[in-house]
Amino acid sequence: MSFVTGQNDFTDQARLSLAEPRDFFALLKPRVMSLVVLTALAGMMVSPAPAHPVLAFASLLAIAVGAGASGALNMWYDADIDALMTRTKTRPVPSGRVAAGEALSFGLVLSVLSVLTLGVVSNWLAASLLAFTIFFYAVVYTMWLKRWTPQNIVIGGAAGAFPPVVGYAAVTGSVSIESLVLFAIIFIWTPPHFWALALVKSDEYARAGVPMMPNAKGERRTRIEILVYSILLAPVGVLPWAMGFASIVYGVIAMAGGAGMIWYAWRVLRDTDDASARKASMSLFGFSILYLFALFLTIVAENGPAQMLVRAFGAVFG
Amino acid sequence: MEGSFAVNDKQGDQPQGAHEPGRRLTPEEAKSRRSRNVAIAIGICFLIVLFYVVTIAKLGVGVVVRPGI
Repeated sequence: MSFVTGQNDFTDQARLSLAEPRDFFALLKPRVMSLVVLTALAGMMVSPAPAHPVLAFASLLAIAVGAGASGALNMWYDADIDALMTRTKTRPVPSGRVAAGEALSFGLVLSVLSVLTLGVVSNWLAASLLAFTIFFYAVVYTMWLKRWTPQNIVIGGAAGAFPPVVGYAAVTGSVSIESLVLFAIIFIWTPPHFWALALVKSDEYARAGVPMMPNAKGERRTRIEILVYSILLAPVGVLPWAMGFASIVYGVIAMAGGAGMIWYAWRVLRDTDDASARKASMSLFGFSILYLFALFLTIVAENGPAQMLVRAFGAVFG
Repeated sequence: MEGSFAVNDKQGDQPQGAHEPGRRLTPEEAKSRRSRNVAIAIGICFLIVLFYVVTIAKLGVGVVVRPGI
């Protein structure tokens, strides 16, 4: 933000920021935040210890704000390449609605606030994991991997996979195999999800100098790797049921969803002419979002409201 | 001086209605600054309530049990 210094002449430097609260909210990447909230909540739900509702809510809020803060730091650093791509050029920083310095300050303040809040509300293991998640996304992925290697979103996907581990740690003060399985689902889901979009936006990534798999290694290899990761994802997605911390309902949804991922990935590999290739990629992109939401929503639903109903039923008729 | 932003040290010496140093905010600047201020105020109030409720939750029901009463 610029400040007026007593001069009478109007200059651009003297202009006050015209940023509205909604512009700062957009810096938090609200759609990503909604997925973080869902996956962190699932991590809390699979914990054996019952979570105090108030503390769970406050922890979830801190995790969501921490994720949003890393999004703001990402938008601050990536403003130059965001301005070159149609998908991102309307973001608050490249469009000029929020100054880069404002985005940086906003991201840093929220990062510190969210980590300290989670530490005070739950425990310092969860807070440390949240701090590491923010660091991993903002520094390791955004500043290092993204412009350096086509494996950027494979390794960087860990940042998006951490929320269930943080959520579990917030309730229990530990990390368990259950939370690591949820981590693995998101981690393996990330490459086919992002590469499906990258296939469609390949030219834009190339223009911005971002080495995504399609423009760095070619579309053929991307399509093959999408299928490989989808084949890996299908059994990993079923693990919560196989390991006994999700019901058969989840198991059926995970199996059907895993088969769907493989089917759509196969279509991406098969349909290579321009019109059908774009359609196949966007279908996989859309289905992958549906798949992940369905898995984690089922875990939340059957461990939250369903268990509450069972307990209430037991209290009345037991 | 509502709506203006920056002043110099001599402003207080000038008669009312004289030329004011600095500049007036445009309506857009004033509106966006006000909305940011309101958002910050709401955020701070929310944090106060959140930390209060969390403190009570962490203290548990024991907070209302006082020895000798």
